Amino acid sequence: MKDAAPEGIAFTLNNKPVQAGAAAGERLSATLRETLGARDVKIGCNAGDCGACTVLVDGAPVCACLMSTAQVEGRHVETLSGLVQNDKDTRALAEAFQNHGAAQCGICTPGMMVSATAYLRNKNSSVEDALGGVLCRCTGYRKILDAVAETANGGAGPLPVSGGMGTSIRRLDGVAKVEGREAFGDDVAPAATPVVKVIRSPYPRARFEFGDLEGFCTHTGGVLAVLSAKDIKGRNCFGVIPPFADQPVFAVAETRFRGEAVAAVVGTPELMARFDPADFPVTWQELPAVMDCDTAMAADAPQIHSGRSGNVMTGGFVQCGDADRALNGAAQRVSGRFSTGFVEHAYIEPEAGYATVTDGRVEIHGCTQAPVMDLDSMEEILGIDRDRIRIVPTAVGGGFGSKLDISMQPYLALAALKINGPVRMAYSRAESMQSTTKRHPADIELTIGADETGRVQGFRFDGLFNTGAYASWGPTVANRVPVHASGPYRISDYRAEAKGIHTHCPPSGAFRGFGVPQAAIAQEVLFDELAAKLDMDPLEFRELNALENGAPTVCGQVFKQGVGIKACFKALREPWAKAKEEAAAFNAKGGPLRRGVGIAAGWYGCGNTSLPNPSTIKSGVRSDGTIVLHQGAMDIGQGANTVISQIFAEALGCDVKHLHLIGADTDVTPDAGKTSASRQTFVSGNAARLSGLALRAEILRRCNVDSAAAIIEPAEGALVVRDGSARHEVSLGGLGSDADGYVLRAEETYDPPTKPLDKDGQGVPYAQFGYAAHLAVVDVDMRYGTVRPVRFVAAHDVGHAVNPMLVEGQVHGGIAQGLGMALMEEFIPGRTENLHDYLIPTIGDIPPIETLIIEEPDAHGPYGAKGLGEHVLIPTAPALINAINRAAGVQLRQVPVTPSRLKAAMKEACHD
Amino acid sequence: MYFQPKTLEQAVQDAQTQGLRILAGGTDFYPMNGDRLPEGPILDVTRIKGMTGVTRTSDGWRIGGATCWSDILKADLPKAFDGLKAAAREVGSIQIQNVGTIAGNLCNASPAADSVPPLLTLGAKVELTSAFGKRLLNLEDFILGVRKTALRSGEILTAVHIADAGQARSVFSKLGSRKYLVISIAMVAVLIEIQDGAIARARVAVGACSPVAQRLRDLEADLRGRRQVAGVVTPAHLSALSPIDDVRGSADYRLEVVAPMIEEALERCLEST
Repeated sequence: MKDAAPEGIAFTLNNKPVQAGAAAGERLSATLRETLGARDVKIGCNAGDCGACTVLVDGAPVCACLMSTAQVEGRHVETLSGLVQNDKDTRALAEAFQNHGAAQCGICTPGMMVSATAYLRNKNSSVEDALGGVLCRCTGYRKILDAVAETANGGAGPLPVSGGMGTSIRRLDGVAKVEGREAFGDDVAPAATPVVKVIRSPYPRARFEFGDLEGFCTHTGGVLAVLSAKDIKGRNCFGVIPPFADQPVFAVAETRFRGEAVAAVVGTPELMARFDPADFPVTWQELPAVMDCDTAMAADAPQIHSGRSGNVMTGGFVQCGDADRALNGAAQRVSGRFSTGFVEHAYIEPEAGYATVTDGRVEIHGCTQAPVMDLDSMEEILGIDRDRIRIVPTAVGGGFGSKLDISMQPYLALAALKINGPVRMAYSRAESMQSTTKRHPADIELTIGADETGRVQGFRFDGLFNTGAYASWGPTVANRVPVHASGPYRISDYRAEAKGIHTHCPPSGAFRGFGVPQAAIAQEVLFDELAAKLDMDPLEFRELNALENGAPTVCGQVFKQGVGIKACFKALREPWAKAKEEAAAFNAKGGPLRRGVGIAAGWYGCGNTSLPNPSTIKSGVRSDGTIVLHQGAMDIGQGANTVISQIFAEALGCDVKHLHLIGADTDVTPDAGKTSASRQTFVSGNAARLSGLALRAEILRRCNVDSAAAIIEPAEGALVVRDGSARHEVSLGGLGSDADGYVLRAEETYDPPTKPLDKDGQGVPYAQFGYAAHLAVVDVDMRYGTVRPVRFVAAHDVGHAVNPMLVEGQVHGGIAQGLGMALMEEFIPGRTENLHDYLIPTIGDIPPIETLIIEEPDAHGPYGAKGLGEHVLIPTAPALINAINRAAGVQLRQVPVTPSRLKAAMKEACHD
Repeated sequence: MYFQPKTLEQAVQDAQTQGLRILAGGTDFYPMNGDRLPEGPILDVTRIKGMTGVTRTSDGWRIGGATCWSDILKADLPKAFDGLKAAAREVGSIQIQNVGTIAGNLCNASPAADSVPPLLTLGAKVELTSAFGKRLLNLEDFILGVRKTALRSGEILTAVHIADAGQARSVFSKLGSRKYLVISIAMVAVLIEIQDGAIARARVAVGACSPVAQRLRDLEADLRGRRQVAGVVTPAHLSALSPIDDVRGSADYRLEVVAPMIEEALERCLEST
C-alpha cells in the first residue's frame, strides 16, 4: 500500500528522468500540466472523448486524462513538446502541418501530432484509425490527413513564409501551435494559483436559498472566499446587446436554466481538485420549466422576463411585394414545417482564464473572441473605472461564436479583487456545455411558389427561434434571418418573420451563421421540392432565380457589382452533371446502398446588420526600424493573424515577413471589433489596408518618393525604400518617439457603409455579401438509415482570396460543422452534456472536399476580398438533406438526420 | 490510499479494504468521477502478475482481466475470435484500446459494452478471485443489469476463460452515428460452425437492445442446417429484446435494424468460410 510517496513517482518525461508527487489516483494529465509544467498536454473533456491530452506511454498513444500517474511509474512518457525536439517524424509533421494549415486554432494539435507520430513509427493501421480518437472542430480533418500522408511519403517542399495578397503562405502564428508552445486560456496561470469554481443550478428552473455562506467559508479548510450576487459592486447584469442585457452574473433567488451560476467558491488548488459542489450550502426547490417555443408561448406559461410578454424576446421582419397574393396565383407551391435542435459549439478548449490584481487594477487573461466587449461588460459588472481593467486575450482554442459572450471573465475578476491576488479557472466540459450559448433551435414554416417558367413567385417564412433563458445574440438572429431567408435569389414578393422565444434552456447565442443555416435548410430543401414539381433540374432552377448585379435583394438593396452566386452555380455545373451520372450508374447496380447528389446555396452579409461596426488598426515604426502591426482582430483559428497581416503588408508595400505583430490587448492595441459576422477580413482588413497605406504615405513622403511600385524594407535604425533601381533610406535616428515608442505611426478606422432598415426591413443591411454553393454526394444504407457522405464540391465567392490555403481551411471546417448539424449533433439540456452523448464528426466522418474559389471582387472589400467564416456552413446541411432525400426517396423536415429518424422517414414515405 | 499490488495474493488482501474501488484502464473509472480527484481507496490492478496477456490453456484460452484491447488485437487467436477482435477495434479509439481492459468493460456493465455480445457467442466464463478463493461464472450469469454485476465486495475479475470453439467463425458489427468514439445504437455478434455448407451450430448475441446483451437461442436453433439466411430472422426471435428510446435512436428503430444486422453478419460469416 502507498499513498502519494513523498519522494514521488519516477518516470521519464521526454527522455528526462522526473519524479513527481501526485495525490492518490491523480490523473497523469494533471501531474504533467501542473507539477511538471507540461502545458502542451491539453485538457478538452477529462473523459477520453476528445483526445487532446494524448501522450505516448512506452510509445503507445493514451489519453493522459484517463491514466493515474502511478500507472506510469518506471515508464517512458512523451508529449508534443518533447517529441518535436527529439523525434524526426514529429519534426517532419510540424513542417507538414504548417504547409497544409492542419493546425487552425491549435488546441487539438498536440493530441493530433502525438497520435500521428505513433502512426508514423509503425504504420500498422490506417491514418484515420490512428487519428480517430482525437477530435478537431476547426479543420474538417482533411488538411490533417493531407499533412500526415505527406509526412509518411517523405514530405514536400515547404510553403513560403512570405507573400502578398493571394499567396498561400504559412500561418504567421503556426510554429508555436505545432511545437506545443501556444498558450491557451488554461495555460497561463502559475501552478499554485487559487482556483475559482462556480456553483450552478442543477434544474432548468429553481428557487434557491443559501445556507451559512460565512460559516462554510470559515470552516472549510482551503476555501479563500465565496462569491454571490451581493459581491457585485456594479450591475449584476450583462448582455452583448446593451438594450437587451438581461443575464445576471449570479442569479438571485431563482434560476432560469440548468447550469446557471448562483455563487462561486475560491480555494486552494488542493481543495478545489476535490471540491464537490454538492457540499456547498444551498437548497434548491425545482419549479416547472418551459423548454420549447410552443410551451413557452402558451397562455399559462411562466413569464421568464418581465416586459417580454408571451416570452417573446423580440422579432425581425422583412417584406417586399405581396407574398400571399403571389402565392395564391402561383402555378406551383411547396410548403414545409422544419425543425432543428440546439447545436453546441464544442470547441475543444473549454472556457478558461487567469486574473491578477496589481495596485487595484485587474487583468483578465483568457480565451475570447471580443476583448473590448469583454472590457465593456466588466466595467459595468465590477463598477470600477475602465482604466482599472485590462483584457489580455490568450490563444483561443476555437470559438465559433460562443466566446463572443463573457463566461469565466466576471468570476475571475470578482474573485481576484476579493482575495486581492491571482486566481484561475477552467470550465469543465459539462459546465461549458451547460452554461454557454448554443445555436438556436428553430421551428420554421415556409411556403414558396413559382410560375410556369420556374421563376419564384411568392415566399412566406415564419420562424420561431428558441433563444433560451437570456437574450445573448438572440436579437441578431431574429434580425438576420428575415434578411437572409430568401437565400441568394431574386424574390419580388416576400414576407419573412422571425421571433426569439425565451425558454428555460441555456441561452442561445451566436453560432457561425446567426440563424441563417437553420433558415437555409428550409429554403434550399423546399427549392428542390419546387424544382421537382416544376420538372426542372435543381441547379437550373437555382440559376434561373439567382440574384445578380443590378437586381434588388428582398431588402431592396441593389448591388451594382460583386454578386457572385451565379458564378458559384456555373462552377458546379460540370461536377453536378458528373455526380448525377455516377449516382445513376451506382444505383443501377442495385443493393442496399443508394447514392444521392444534392446541391444548395447560401449567402451571408458581412458585418453587423445596419449598425456601426468599426475596426481600428494601428501600426508603427520603432527607431530601430522594426515595423509593428497591432493586429487586434482576434484569431480564433480562422487565420486573422495571417490574413490581416497580408493585407497590411500589401498596402504598406512591405514583405509580410518583416512585420512584428502585437496582438489584441486592451492596453496597447486598438479595438478591431469582435471576431464575428464574417467581418474581420472585410472590416479589419480594410482598417489594416488604410493603416498600411497611411504609414506608407508617411514613409514615402520622407524620402520624396511617389511610386506605387516602391518597396519598403526595415534596416538597422532606418527604412529602405526601393523604387526600381533607386534606393532611398529614411533614417529613423533623429525622429522623436511617441509614448508607444514609435517614430512613425498610423492608426486608421474602417466602418462599412450600411443604412437602417425600415419597418418592412427595406434598406442597406450590409455593405457586402459573400456567396456559396455546395454539392454533396451521399450513400444511404436503406437497411439501417445510415448516411455516408462520399464527397463535397464547394464553390465559394470570396471576392479575392487573401490566402487560398486559409480559404480552404475555412471551407473544410465549415462543411464539417454543417455535416455535424445535418447528421448527428443535437444538444439536449441535462442529457448530452459531454462529448460522447453529444457527437461531433470524427476524422472518419468527413469525406474529400474539393474547394472551388470564385473571385467576384467586391467594391468595398480590401482588394476586393469578402468575408467567409460563416458562409462555409450555410449550404452544407441542405445540400446533404437534398442528397439524402434523392437517395432514399424521403422528404426530411428535421435535423439531425440520425439513422433512427431517417429510417422513420423511409417508413412514412412508404405509407404515403 | 492507492494500492498497486504486484501479486494476486497481495491484491486480494488489498481488495478487502472498505469502500475500495478497482482501477484498471481508467477509461470508465475517470469519466465516472467527473473532473474531481477520485475519493476513497483505489486498487490498481494493472501491475498484478498474471492479470495481463492471452494464454493457451488445456481446453481453450485465458485472457487476463487487465489485458487491454490492443493486446487482444495483437494476440494470435483462432478465427472464432474475429468477432471479439472486431469489437476490440470498435472500443472508443486507439487511445482507449491501449489501456481499456476486458475486465473493465465487463465490470462496467454498460448495455452498450462492445465486448459482451462477442464474448457471449464465445461462451465466455469469468474468473472471480477473492481472499477466499476463485469462482467461475458464465458471463450471462455475471452481468445482471445496467451497471450491475455479480462481483462481490473483495472480488477481482482476474480472467476471462473461453473454451475451444473448433472451426467456428465469428463476426461482430456495430451501428453508430459516427465512425469513431461512438456508443452503439445496436450491435450484433454471430459465431457459426459450418458443416457441408450448412450451419451446424450458431450463436447470435445482440447488444444495446436490452439492459444486458443477450443471446437469441430460438434463432440459434432455427439456424441449424440452413445454407441461406435471407429472411431467417422473425419478430418472434427478437421477442426477448426490450430496447429503449434514447438520444441514439428509438426503440422501434433498434428492433427494426437488428434483423438485417444479424442477417448481414451471418452472411459475412458464411462468406468467410
